[in-house]
Amino acid sequence: MELRRSMLFIPGNNPGMLQNGGVFGADSVILDLEDAVAPMEKDAARFLVAHALRTVDYGCSEKVIRINPLDTFAADDIKAIVPCCPDTILVPKVESAADIHQVSAMIAATEKPGQTPVKIIALLETPCGIVEAYNIAKADSRVVALALGAEDYTAGLGAMRTKEGTEIFTVRTILINAAAAAGIQSIDTPYTDANDEEGLLNDTQLAKRLGFKGKLSINPRQIDAIHNVFNPSLSDIDWAQQVIHAIRKAEAEGSGVASLNGKMVDLPIVNRAERILHLAQLLGLMEGEK
Amino acid sequence: MASILKTAQAGTLESSDIMITVTPGAKGSGVVIDLESIVLAQYGEDIRAIIENIVKKQEITDLYIKALDRGALDCTICARVLAALSRAGAVLKEEIL
Repeated sequence: MELRRSMLFIPGNNPGMLQNGGVFGADSVILDLEDAVAPMEKDAARFLVAHALRTVDYGCSEKVIRINPLDTFAADDIKAIVPCCPDTILVPKVESAADIHQVSAMIAATEKPGQTPVKIIALLETPCGIVEAYNIAKADSRVVALALGAEDYTAGLGAMRTKEGTEIFTVRTILINAAAAAGIQSIDTPYTDANDEEGLLNDTQLAKRLGFKGKLSINPRQIDAIHNVFNPSLSDIDWAQQVIHAIRKAEAEGSGVASLNGKMVDLPIVNRAERILHLAQLLGLMEGEK
Repeated sequence: MASILKTAQAGTLESSDIMITVTPGAKGSGVVIDLESIVLAQYGEDIRAIIENIVKKQEITDLYIKALDRGALDCTICARVLAALSRAGAVLKEEIL
Protein backbone atom coordinates (compact mmCIF):
# COMPACT_ATOMS: atom_id res chain seq x y z
CA MET A 1 0.00 0.00 0.00
CA GLU A 2 1.36 3.40 -0.99
CA LEU A 3 0.77 6.31 1.36
CA ARG A 4 -1.21 9.16 -0.14
CA ARG A 5 -2.42 10.88 3.03
CA SER A 6 -1.47 14.25 1.56
CA MET A 7 -1.06 15.22 -2.09
CA LEU A 8 0.30 18.76 -2.44
CA PHE A 9 -0.29 20.83 -5.58
CA ILE A 10 2.70 22.87 -6.81
CA PRO A 11 2.29 25.34 -9.70
CA GLY A 12 4.15 24.01 -12.72
CA ASN A 13 5.47 27.36 -13.94
CA ASN A 14 6.93 28.55 -10.63
CA PRO A 15 10.63 27.56 -10.37
CA GLY A 16 10.93 28.64 -6.72
CA MET A 17 8.10 26.39 -5.61
CA LEU A 18 9.08 23.52 -7.91
CA GLN A 19 12.61 23.36 -6.52
CA ASN A 20 11.37 23.34 -2.91
CA GLY A 21 8.48 20.91 -3.35
CA GLY A 22 10.30 18.08 -1.61
CA VAL A 23 10.84 19.81 1.72
CA PHE A 24 7.25 19.85 2.96
CA GLY A 25 6.97 16.13 3.69
CA ALA A 26 3.83 15.52 1.63
CA ASP A 27 3.28 11.91 0.64
CA SER A 28 2.84 13.11 -2.95
CA VAL A 29 3.74 16.31 -4.75
CA ILE A 30 1.57 17.19 -7.73
CA LEU A 31 3.46 19.33 -10.23
CA ASP A 32 0.55 21.08 -11.89
CA LEU A 33 0.40 21.78 -15.62
CA GLU A 34 -3.34 22.45 -15.61
CA ASP A 35 -5.22 25.04 -13.58
CA ALA A 36 -2.14 26.63 -11.99
CA VAL A 37 -0.67 27.52 -15.39
CA ALA A 38 -1.96 30.27 -17.68
CA PRO A 39 -2.87 29.13 -21.20
CA MET A 40 -0.02 31.13 -22.77
CA GLU A 41 2.53 29.53 -20.42
CA LYS A 42 1.65 25.86 -20.95
CA ASP A 43 4.69 25.25 -23.14
CA ALA A 44 7.12 26.90 -20.73
CA ALA A 45 5.66 25.00 -17.75
CA ARG A 46 6.06 21.72 -19.62
CA PHE A 47 9.79 22.40 -20.12
CA LEU A 48 10.16 23.45 -16.51
CA VAL A 49 8.37 20.47 -14.99
CA ALA A 50 10.24 18.06 -17.25
CA HIS A 51 13.58 19.47 -16.11
CA ALA A 52 12.48 19.54 -12.47
CA LEU A 53 11.57 15.85 -12.67
CA ARG A 54 15.05 15.03 -13.90
CA THR A 55 17.01 17.10 -11.44
CA VAL A 56 15.06 18.13 -8.31
CA ASP A 57 15.17 15.77 -5.32
CA TYR A 58 11.61 15.28 -4.09
CA GLY A 59 12.76 12.95 -1.32
CA CYS A 60 10.23 10.30 -0.37
CA SER A 61 7.34 12.16 -2.01
CA GLU A 62 5.60 10.47 -4.90
CA LYS A 63 6.13 12.54 -8.06
CA VAL A 64 2.73 13.17 -9.62
CA ILE A 65 2.10 15.38 -12.64
CA ARG A 66 -1.34 16.84 -13.29
CA ILE A 67 -1.59 17.05 -17.05
CA ASN A 68 -4.10 19.10 -19.00
CA PRO A 69 -7.46 17.62 -20.07
CA LEU A 70 -7.60 15.22 -22.99
CA ASP A 71 -9.30 17.76 -25.23
CA THR A 72 -6.54 20.34 -24.76
CA PHE A 73 -2.82 19.67 -24.18
CA ALA A 74 -2.80 16.18 -22.65
CA ALA A 75 -0.97 14.56 -25.57
CA ASP A 76 1.81 17.17 -25.55
CA ASP A 77 2.12 16.89 -21.76
CA ILE A 78 2.40 13.10 -21.78
CA LYS A 79 4.94 13.13 -24.61
CA ALA A 80 7.16 15.55 -22.71
CA ILE A 81 6.68 14.28 -19.17
CA VAL A 82 6.52 10.48 -19.28
CA PRO A 83 10.15 9.99 -20.48
CA CYS A 84 11.23 12.00 -17.40
CA CYS A 85 10.02 9.16 -15.17
CA PRO A 86 7.22 10.59 -13.05
CA ASP A 87 5.63 8.09 -10.68
CA THR A 88 2.06 8.98 -11.53
CA ILE A 89 -0.04 11.05 -13.91
CA LEU A 90 -3.09 12.83 -12.46
CA VAL A 91 -5.64 13.06 -15.25
CA PRO A 92 -8.20 15.85 -14.82
CA LYS A 93 -11.87 15.79 -15.84
CA VAL A 94 -12.00 12.06 -16.49
CA GLU A 95 -15.51 11.13 -17.60
CA SER A 96 -15.28 7.56 -18.89
CA ALA A 97 -13.22 4.40 -19.03
CA ALA A 98 -12.40 5.35 -22.62
CA ASP A 99 -10.59 8.45 -21.33
CA ILE A 100 -8.38 6.23 -19.20
CA HIS A 101 -7.78 3.82 -22.08
CA GLN A 102 -6.65 6.76 -24.21
CA VAL A 103 -4.27 8.11 -21.58
CA SER A 104 -2.88 4.66 -20.84
CA ALA A 105 -2.18 4.06 -24.54
CA MET A 106 -0.40 7.41 -24.84
CA ILE A 107 1.71 6.64 -21.76
CA ALA A 108 2.60 3.18 -23.08
CA ALA A 109 3.68 4.69 -26.40
CA THR A 110 5.98 7.15 -24.62
CA GLU A 111 7.53 5.08 -21.83
CA LYS A 112 11.17 4.18 -22.32
CA PRO A 113 12.21 0.50 -22.33
CA GLY A 114 12.69 -0.70 -18.76
CA GLN A 115 10.98 2.32 -17.24
CA THR A 116 8.86 1.69 -14.15
CA PRO A 117 5.27 1.78 -15.39
CA VAL A 118 3.68 5.17 -14.83
CA LYS A 119 0.56 5.01 -12.67
CA ILE A 120 -2.68 6.95 -13.18
CA ILE A 121 -4.90 8.78 -10.72
CA ALA A 122 -8.25 9.80 -12.18
CA LEU A 123 -9.55 13.18 -11.04
CA LEU A 124 -13.35 13.09 -11.14
CA GLU A 125 -14.80 16.58 -11.23
CA THR A 126 -17.88 16.41 -13.41
CA PRO A 127 -21.30 14.80 -12.94
CA CYS A 128 -20.53 12.40 -15.82
CA GLY A 129 -17.27 11.37 -14.16
CA ILE A 130 -19.08 10.54 -10.93
CA VAL A 131 -21.67 8.45 -12.78
CA GLU A 132 -18.84 6.45 -14.38
CA ALA A 133 -16.65 6.24 -11.25
CA TYR A 134 -16.50 2.44 -10.96
CA ASN A 135 -15.88 1.88 -14.68
CA ILE A 136 -13.10 4.47 -14.55
CA ALA A 137 -11.58 2.83 -11.48
CA LYS A 138 -11.57 -0.56 -13.22
CA ALA A 139 -10.53 0.72 -16.65
CA ASP A 140 -6.82 -0.05 -16.50
CA SER A 141 -4.28 -1.65 -14.17
CA ARG A 142 -2.37 1.66 -14.09
CA VAL A 143 -5.22 3.31 -12.16
CA VAL A 144 -4.28 3.40 -8.46
CA ALA A 145 -6.72 5.97 -7.09
CA LEU A 146 -9.77 8.11 -7.74
CA ALA A 147 -9.60 11.73 -6.58
CA LEU A 148 -12.44 14.19 -6.16
CA GLY A 149 -12.36 17.71 -7.56
CA ALA A 150 -15.32 19.32 -5.83
CA GLU A 151 -14.90 22.89 -7.07
CA ASP A 152 -15.41 21.99 -10.74
CA TYR A 153 -18.04 19.43 -9.79
CA THR A 154 -20.25 21.87 -7.89
CA ALA A 155 -19.74 24.46 -10.63
CA GLY A 156 -21.02 21.85 -13.08
CA LEU A 157 -24.05 21.25 -10.89
CA GLY A 158 -24.72 24.90 -10.32
CA ALA A 159 -24.54 24.21 -6.59
CA MET A 160 -23.04 26.54 -4.01
CA ARG A 161 -19.80 25.25 -2.46
CA THR A 162 -19.91 25.44 1.33
CA LYS A 163 -17.43 24.74 4.12
CA GLU A 164 -19.78 22.12 5.56
CA GLY A 165 -19.72 20.24 2.26
CA THR A 166 -23.30 18.99 2.37
CA GLU A 167 -23.54 19.56 -1.38
CA ILE A 168 -20.76 17.02 -2.05
CA PHE A 169 -21.64 14.40 0.57
CA THR A 170 -23.24 12.07 -1.97
CA VAL A 171 -20.43 12.28 -4.52
CA ARG A 172 -17.86 11.68 -1.81
CA THR A 173 -19.52 8.41 -0.81
CA ILE A 174 -20.06 7.36 -4.43
CA LEU A 175 -16.39 7.92 -5.23
CA ILE A 176 -15.17 6.15 -2.11
CA ASN A 177 -17.41 3.17 -2.80
CA ALA A 178 -16.37 2.92 -6.44
CA ALA A 179 -12.68 3.04 -5.52
CA ALA A 180 -13.11 0.44 -2.77
CA ALA A 181 -15.05 -1.85 -5.10
CA ALA A 182 -12.19 -1.63 -7.59
CA GLY A 183 -9.58 -2.17 -4.88
CA ILE A 184 -7.90 1.21 -5.27
CA GLN A 185 -7.52 4.33 -3.11
CA SER A 186 -9.84 7.32 -2.84
CA ILE A 187 -8.48 10.84 -2.35
CA ASP A 188 -10.61 13.73 -1.13
CA THR A 189 -11.00 17.18 -2.67
CA PRO A 190 -8.75 19.96 -1.30
CA TYR A 191 -9.89 22.34 1.42
CA THR A 192 -9.38 25.62 -0.38
CA ASP A 193 -9.29 28.11 2.52
CA ALA A 194 -5.65 27.82 3.59
CA ASN A 195 -6.22 30.20 6.52
CA ASP A 196 -9.06 28.22 8.11
CA GLU A 197 -7.31 25.57 10.23
CA GLU A 198 -10.44 24.50 12.06
CA GLY A 199 -12.33 24.10 8.80
CA LEU A 200 -9.50 22.00 7.38
CA LEU A 201 -9.50 19.80 10.47
CA ASN A 202 -13.26 19.22 10.36
CA ASP A 203 -13.24 18.57 6.62
CA THR A 204 -10.32 16.11 6.86
CA GLN A 205 -11.86 14.27 9.81
CA LEU A 206 -15.08 13.87 7.84
CA ALA A 207 -13.10 12.58 4.84
CA LYS A 208 -11.38 9.97 7.00
CA ARG A 209 -14.64 8.89 8.66
CA LEU A 210 -16.21 8.39 5.23
CA GLY A 211 -13.33 6.20 4.08
CA PHE A 212 -11.00 8.42 2.06
CA LYS A 213 -7.34 7.39 2.22
CA GLY A 214 -5.94 10.88 1.71
CA LYS A 215 -6.62 14.47 0.75
CA LEU A 216 -5.49 16.84 -1.95
CA SER A 217 -3.83 19.98 -0.60
CA ILE A 218 -3.27 23.46 -2.02
CA ASN A 219 -0.91 24.80 0.64
CA PRO A 220 2.14 23.29 2.43
CA ARG A 221 0.74 24.57 5.75
CA GLN A 222 -2.07 22.01 5.45
CA ILE A 223 0.21 18.96 5.37
CA ASP A 224 0.76 18.38 9.08
CA ALA A 225 -2.92 18.76 9.92
CA ILE A 226 -3.91 16.29 7.22
CA HIS A 227 -1.30 13.77 8.37
CA ASN A 228 -2.41 14.09 11.98
CA VAL A 229 -5.94 13.14 10.98
CA PHE A 230 -5.03 10.23 8.72
CA ASN A 231 -2.35 8.81 11.01
CA PRO A 232 -3.67 6.12 13.36
CA SER A 233 -3.79 7.39 16.95
CA LEU A 234 -2.06 5.55 19.78
CA SER A 235 -5.47 4.40 21.02
CA ASP A 236 -6.26 3.09 17.50
CA ILE A 237 -3.01 1.12 17.51
CA ASP A 238 -3.63 -0.16 21.02
CA TRP A 239 -7.15 -1.30 20.06
CA ALA A 240 -5.84 -2.98 16.89
CA GLN A 241 -3.18 -4.86 18.83
CA GLN A 242 -5.78 -6.05 21.34
CA VAL A 243 -8.00 -7.25 18.49
CA ILE A 244 -5.19 -9.22 16.88
CA HIS A 245 -4.21 -10.70 20.24
CA ALA A 246 -7.83 -11.71 20.95
CA ILE A 247 -8.38 -13.35 17.56
CA ARG A 248 -5.07 -15.23 17.70
CA LYS A 249 -6.01 -16.54 21.12
CA ALA A 250 -9.45 -17.60 19.87
CA GLU A 251 -7.92 -19.30 16.83
CA ALA A 252 -5.56 -21.24 19.10
CA GLU A 253 -8.64 -22.43 20.94
CA GLY A 254 -10.28 -23.51 17.69
CA SER A 255 -12.67 -20.58 17.23
CA GLY A 256 -12.86 -18.03 14.39
CA VAL A 257 -14.65 -15.48 16.54
CA ALA A 258 -13.35 -13.72 19.64
CA SER A 259 -14.63 -11.19 22.14
CA LEU A 260 -12.95 -7.96 23.21
CA ASN A 261 -14.43 -5.85 26.01
CA GLY A 262 -17.79 -7.49 25.43
CA LYS A 263 -17.82 -6.83 21.66
CA MET A 264 -17.59 -9.52 18.99
CA VAL A 265 -14.36 -9.65 17.01
CA ASP A 266 -14.84 -11.28 13.62
CA LEU A 267 -13.18 -11.04 10.22
CA PRO A 268 -14.19 -7.45 9.26
CA ILE A 269 -12.96 -6.19 12.64
CA VAL A 270 -9.72 -8.11 12.24
CA ASN A 271 -9.25 -6.70 8.74
CA ARG A 272 -9.72 -3.16 10.07
CA ALA A 273 -7.23 -3.81 12.88
CA GLU A 274 -4.70 -5.22 10.42
CA ARG A 275 -5.04 -2.13 8.20
CA ILE A 276 -4.39 0.14 11.18
CA LEU A 277 -1.31 -1.82 12.22
CA HIS A 278 -0.02 -1.93 8.65
CA LEU A 279 -0.38 1.85 8.37
CA ALA A 280 1.25 2.31 11.78
CA GLN A 281 4.19 0.18 10.67
CA LEU A 282 4.57 2.13 7.43
CA LEU A 283 4.65 5.37 9.43
CA GLY A 284 7.06 4.02 12.04
CA LEU A 285 4.51 4.53 14.81
CA MET A 286 4.83 1.04 16.26
CA GLU A 287 8.18 1.80 17.87
CA GLY A 288 6.68 4.88 19.48
CA GLU A 289 4.01 2.69 20.98
CA LYS A 290 6.56 0.59 22.87
CA MET B 1 22.87 24.53 -38.67
CA ALA B 2 19.53 25.77 -37.39
CA SER B 3 18.13 29.22 -36.76
CA ILE B 4 15.26 31.05 -35.16
CA LEU B 5 12.68 33.10 -36.98
CA LYS B 6 11.67 35.84 -34.56
CA THR B 7 12.26 37.38 -31.16
CA ALA B 8 10.70 35.45 -28.28
CA GLN B 9 10.79 35.38 -24.51
CA ALA B 10 10.33 32.89 -21.66
CA GLY B 11 10.58 33.08 -17.88
CA THR B 12 9.86 35.80 -15.36
CA LEU B 13 11.70 38.21 -13.09
CA GLU B 14 10.52 36.42 -9.95
CA SER B 15 12.99 34.98 -7.48
CA SER B 16 14.56 31.67 -8.58
CA ASP B 17 13.61 32.33 -12.21
CA ILE B 18 15.42 33.71 -15.26
CA MET B 19 13.94 35.72 -18.11
CA ILE B 20 15.39 34.75 -21.46
CA THR B 21 14.88 36.79 -24.64
CA VAL B 22 16.24 35.42 -27.89
CA THR B 23 16.59 37.47 -31.08
CA PRO B 24 17.85 36.35 -34.50
CA GLY B 25 21.35 37.68 -35.18
CA ALA B 26 22.88 38.84 -38.43
CA LYS B 27 24.50 36.09 -40.46
CA GLY B 28 27.94 35.36 -39.12
CA SER B 29 27.39 37.26 -35.86
CA GLY B 30 27.60 34.11 -33.75
CA VAL B 31 25.97 33.55 -30.38
CA VAL B 32 26.02 36.64 -28.16
CA ILE B 33 24.89 36.35 -24.54
CA ASP B 34 24.08 39.45 -22.52
CA LEU B 35 23.74 38.28 -18.93
CA GLU B 36 22.54 40.17 -15.85
CA SER B 37 22.38 38.23 -12.62
CA ILE B 38 22.07 38.79 -8.89
CA VAL B 39 24.85 36.20 -8.56
CA LEU B 40 26.93 37.34 -11.54
CA ALA B 41 30.19 37.40 -9.59
CA GLN B 42 29.74 33.90 -8.20
CA TYR B 43 27.96 32.04 -11.00
CA GLY B 44 28.06 34.24 -14.10
CA GLU B 45 30.42 31.98 -16.01
CA ASP B 46 28.43 28.87 -15.07
CA ILE B 47 25.14 30.41 -16.22
CA ARG B 48 26.73 31.54 -19.46
CA ALA B 49 28.14 28.05 -20.03
CA ILE B 50 24.74 26.42 -19.49
CA ILE B 51 23.10 28.74 -22.01
CA GLU B 52 25.90 28.26 -24.53
CA ASN B 53 25.72 24.50 -24.14
CA ILE B 54 21.99 24.36 -24.87
CA VAL B 55 22.31 26.57 -27.94
CA LYS B 56 25.24 24.51 -29.15
CA LYS B 57 23.29 21.26 -28.73
CA GLN B 58 20.50 22.70 -30.81
CA GLU B 59 23.11 23.76 -33.41
CA ILE B 60 21.66 27.25 -33.52
CA THR B 61 24.01 29.98 -34.71
CA ASP B 62 23.75 33.74 -35.06
CA LEU B 63 21.67 34.49 -32.01
CA TYR B 64 21.43 37.28 -29.45
CA ILE B 65 20.35 36.20 -25.97
CA LYS B 66 19.38 38.58 -23.19
CA ALA B 67 19.30 36.78 -19.83
CA LEU B 68 18.00 38.43 -16.66
CA ASP B 69 18.72 35.99 -13.85
CA ARG B 70 17.09 36.04 -10.41
CA GLY B 71 18.95 33.08 -8.93
CA ALA B 72 17.66 30.28 -11.17
CA LEU B 73 18.90 26.73 -10.80
CA ASP B 74 20.52 24.97 -13.76
CA CYS B 75 17.33 23.09 -14.60
CA THR B 76 15.33 26.33 -14.72
CA ILE B 77 17.91 27.99 -16.98
CA CYS B 78 17.77 25.01 -19.38
CA ALA B 79 13.97 24.99 -19.40
CA ARG B 80 13.65 28.74 -20.01
CA VAL B 81 16.21 28.79 -22.83
CA LEU B 82 14.52 25.87 -24.57
CA ALA B 83 11.10 27.48 -24.14
CA ALA B 84 12.35 30.76 -25.61
CA LEU B 85 13.99 29.02 -28.57
CA SER B 86 10.87 26.97 -29.21
CA ARG B 87 8.70 30.10 -29.13
CA ALA B 88 11.13 31.77 -31.54
CA GLY B 89 10.45 29.08 -34.08
CA ALA B 90 13.41 26.79 -33.54
CA VAL B 91 12.72 23.15 -34.30
CA LEU B 92 14.30 21.60 -31.24
CA LYS B 93 16.27 18.44 -31.81
CA GLU B 94 15.45 16.93 -28.47
CA GLU B 95 12.83 19.00 -26.74
CA ILE B 96 13.64 18.06 -23.19
CA LEU B 97 17.30 17.01 -23.08
